[in-house]
Amino acid sequence: MAKTSKGTLYRGQAHGQWSWVAHRITGVAIFFFLLVHVLDTALVRVSPEAYNAVMETYKNPIMGLGEAGLVAAIVYHAFNGLRIILVDFWKQGTRYQKQLLWGALALWLVVMIPFLIRHLSNVFGG
Amino acid sequence: MSTPLKARISVPRSKDLEVNGVKYNRSSSRRNNFEMFAWLFMRLSGVVLLVLVFVHLYVNLLVEEGGVHAIDFGFVGGKWANPFWQVWDLLLLWLAMLHGTNGLRVIIDDYAEKDRTRFWLKVFLFVTSAFVILLGTLVIFTFEPCPVGADPALLASFCTAG
Repeated sequence: MAKTSKGTLYRGQAHGQWSWVAHRITGVAIFFFLLVHVLDTALVRVSPEAYNAVMETYKNPIMGLGEAGLVAAIVYHAFNGLRIILVDFWKQGTRYQKQLLWGALALWLVVMIPFLIRHLSNVFGG
Repeated sequence: MSTPLKARISVPRSKDLEVNGVKYNRSSSRRNNFEMFAWLFMRLSGVVLLVLVFVHLYVNLLVEEGGVHAIDFGFVGGKWANPFWQVWDLLLLWLAMLHGTNGLRVIIDDYAEKDRTRFWLKVFLFVTSAFVILLGTLVIFTFEPCPVGADPALLASFCTAG
């Protein structure tokens, strides 16, 4: 149906649409990380050397930045998830969905700033 | 935009609910509440996962001197020698995998248009998820923090104490 229409431009306020897109993208990214994370942690069952060897390959600035991105995705998904729950269960949720998004993004900053200071100084501080 | 949201259904149903002259005809079938439970599960597990994941990240990335650099076999051994962290990580594994698997199921249903494509993508998703959940569970329960014959320098400190 969407294929025969003139497009799928969303005509409502964009906040809900883009927060939804970001929720999906961060969710998929976190899921694929999780698969790898369980597999690499499973190496503790092989030998201490095998596990440590793989962990060593993660301890460089590129992976450190990847970890920062992963945590940014997780924290967004978590706070926007709380916003979705409020929109669904709180009477005033739909009315304040835009404000709730700003709230989620503000919380995201509050968590990410101290996290990035500590994490990046661990990654780049040697 | 002009589509009426609450169309009047001509056939009367026993469950018809009428509010202000508008008939709401939500399915009342008991046969398949799966989607409702999936929807509810995403919200409940989401709240629990927020706590489980934030503590997991705080303990593994921030508390130790050096943060991520401190993660090695000895660190994992030290955590999983404690039943508290075994249960924590087991809950984390199951809830995160089920939450993520259901999320991907919904995304596949949304974007894969062909029946066969949808079917096989979901088969692949469910097989992968089952494998990862079982592997992770097995690892948490059969993990040996002080394996015999391993280099003591690589193990948690309690392995060599006493």
